[in-house]
Amino acid sequence: MSLLQQLRLGFRSLMLHKLRSALAVLGILIGVTAVIWLVAMGEGVSYQAQQQIKDLGATSIIIRSIKPSEESSRDVGSRFGISYGLLRDDYERIVTNVPTISRAVPMREISREVRHREYAIDGQAIGCTPDYFGMNRLTIARGRAISEVDMKGYANVVVLAWEAARKLFPIEDPLGRAVQIGTEFYVVVGIAAERTAAAAIGGSLDARQYDRDVYIPLSTFRARIGDRVFTLRAGTTQLETVELTQITAVVEDMKEVDATADIIRSLLQRYHKSVDYAVVVPKELLEQAETMRAMFNVLLLLIAGISLLVGGIGIMNIMLATVTERTREIGIRRALGATKGEIVRQFLCETVVLAGTGGLLGVAFGFLCGPTVNGVRMAVGAFLPEVWSALPPNIRNLEPRLAPWSIIAAFAISVGVGILFGIYPARRAASMDPIEALRHE
Amino acid sequence: MNELQPTVDREIVASIVGVSKVYKLGGHTVRALDNVSIDFRQGDFVAIMGSSGSGKSTLLNLLGCLDRPDSGQYILAGRDVAAMDDETLSRIRGRYLGFIFQSYNLIQQLSVVENIEVPLSYQRPPLPGGRERCLKLAELVGLSGRLGHRPTELSGGQQQRVAIARALVNNPHVILADEPTGNLDTATSHEIMDLLDALNRAGRTIVMVTHENDIAERARRIVRLRDGRIDTISEVRPALPVVSGSIALERL
Ligand SMILES: Nc1ncnc2c1ncn2[C@@H]1O[C@H](COP(=O)(O)OP(=O)(O)O)[C@@H](O)[C@H]1O
Ligand SMILES: [Mg+2]
Repeated sequence: MSLLQQLRLGFRSLMLHKLRSALAVLGILIGVTAVIWLVAMGEGVSYQAQQQIKDLGATSIIIRSIKPSEESSRDVGSRFGISYGLLRDDYERIVTNVPTISRAVPMREISREVRHREYAIDGQAIGCTPDYFGMNRLTIARGRAISEVDMKGYANVVVLAWEAARKLFPIEDPLGRAVQIGTEFYVVVGIAAERTAAAAIGGSLDARQYDRDVYIPLSTFRARIGDRVFTLRAGTTQLETVELTQITAVVEDMKEVDATADIIRSLLQRYHKSVDYAVVVPKELLEQAETMRAMFNVLLLLIAGISLLVGGIGIMNIMLATVTERTREIGIRRALGATKGEIVRQFLCETVVLAGTGGLLGVAFGFLCGPTVNGVRMAVGAFLPEVWSALPPNIRNLEPRLAPWSIIAAFAISVGVGILFGIYPARRAASMDPIEALRHE
Repeated sequence: MNELQPTVDREIVASIVGVSKVYKLGGHTVRALDNVSIDFRQGDFVAIMGSSGSGKSTLLNLLGCLDRPDSGQYILAGRDVAAMDDETLSRIRGRYLGFIFQSYNLIQQLSVVENIEVPLSYQRPPLPGGRERCLKLAELVGLSGRLGHRPTELSGGQQQRVAIARALVNNPHVILADEPTGNLDTATSHEIMDLLDALNRAGRTIVMVTHENDIAERARRIVRLRDGRIDTISEVRPALPVVSGSIALERL
């Protein structure tokens, strides 16, 4: 009998007990689908994280101001409020003392309401230098970026992020118009192209969103807004003095990143009494993400193993029942010339058909992962908007990525499980004494 | 013309020599077969009779290579089967023997023609012209119109006809039947016996266990067993005249 004939025969025998066979198939199907879905989700999350980290640049080092904890700030606190973070002197020191750095870009950031007529957004006012745009791969869709001339002239000009421009100017062309940031007015000279969020850095949990940003020259920021800002916190206004929110340093060679970061740390340590800054190396984040991914995959394989084990036990259970039920058939076939090996093969074929069907259906359901996640996302967005907005952006933006290896592995393992768990029942069938088997029932 | 032919002994197709089979049950032993010797020649039609427990089934199982004797020899197609391993015995069953059972023993999920085909799937090397042969045999046993039916859709007599066709499909040296009419009424029993008789006339060797006298009368020889030994061997009808056996066999 050819293999194809055997598989057909196996299929027909299984069709005698449709429900029972379907349940065995279901066990494998769920296992295979689970493997593919979990791997796809995991790959999606880690891909997202990697893209965001890569976005920060593998050759860059990010130094951020960090507000000290409440107790220590009370010590520092006076009627002049608290003062912390990176200084303009730090920037100068880093630029002059660390030779491996090819470029360093300072930045000051604050939350401010941005208005145009009746339209208002909770914006992020970003004081930056012309380099900032290239550094963050922000491209200008219309108009121009902040220039050196703007810097020197303390110009009241602003570049709007794409989303901010859309919200503030739903109808009119924003270029040449004035927007109000806090109490000051600025002329819109450019609009940045759309940009997806980057990875979370330096203590903030959220990924860096670019869509509420409005960019003004760093010099203008200092002159108009200043270092001292009032923030409303827990009902009381607080005065904070921060010179720079962030300095992004870029080295020529990726190999120099770690050493350069160490030099910057020791340099800052010398001039700061408390650690009111953080030095973040995206390359390290990337390595951490890789490690996380590897650990995650091991975990998934464990889950996959368990679910396929359960599926395999289901198959074995059903095959044992089948073998007992078909004792007579086994006796007949043995009498008519079937060897033990041929009986083993016959029953193995049946388990392979069961497991293979489960595997194929599992793969088919695996391909539904993307559409299903999108469907759930749309349903949650439409019917539970509060839940939706409470979700972290990493989950809201999750795109499952089907991993080809997971599909092949899941299918191969399912068939392997079928063979493994089919061997015992099949051998039991073959080892029956033909005379006893013929006398059965 | 008969007188002109010399008396030629027919070829011996199966021969058991001094065979014993002992079962140990708890403390005591049962001699199911005790030093039994008998030859089966081509064209023989032997009915094995005896009271219950006399060893009929044990003998038939040995002849069918489903069991091995504890001592003695069993020569089938010129080879001693007693010492062969399980796989070789399986191949010999598939190649040289045909089985007919009291309870038909058809495979329920297969159709008539597929049931007839089963022994062919275990032929190494495969026999040529398989499907055609099945159809011819189905016609021979009068079931051409029921090829696609399942065993449950057939009467007992029809099922036994399928079993007979299945027993013939591998062109066996010996057909072994264990109470082939045991589950059938008298009329149907004789129809089945007519079929076996026709096969025997065409040169088939048949060994049949039965406890019904009128069925046994239709064989050529009756072997009576008692307590595992051959009690008597009686001739009912003369042996089949010598024909060019293999040609006659191939026709069926
Ligand atoms: N598998 C077995 N185990 C133990 N004793 C058996 C077995 N098969 C047959 N016997 C014994 O061997 C004797 C002959 O049995 P059997 O050949 O079946 O008789 P029959 O078919 O003539 O009724 C009986 O006494 C029976 O009890
Ligand atoms: Mg018996």
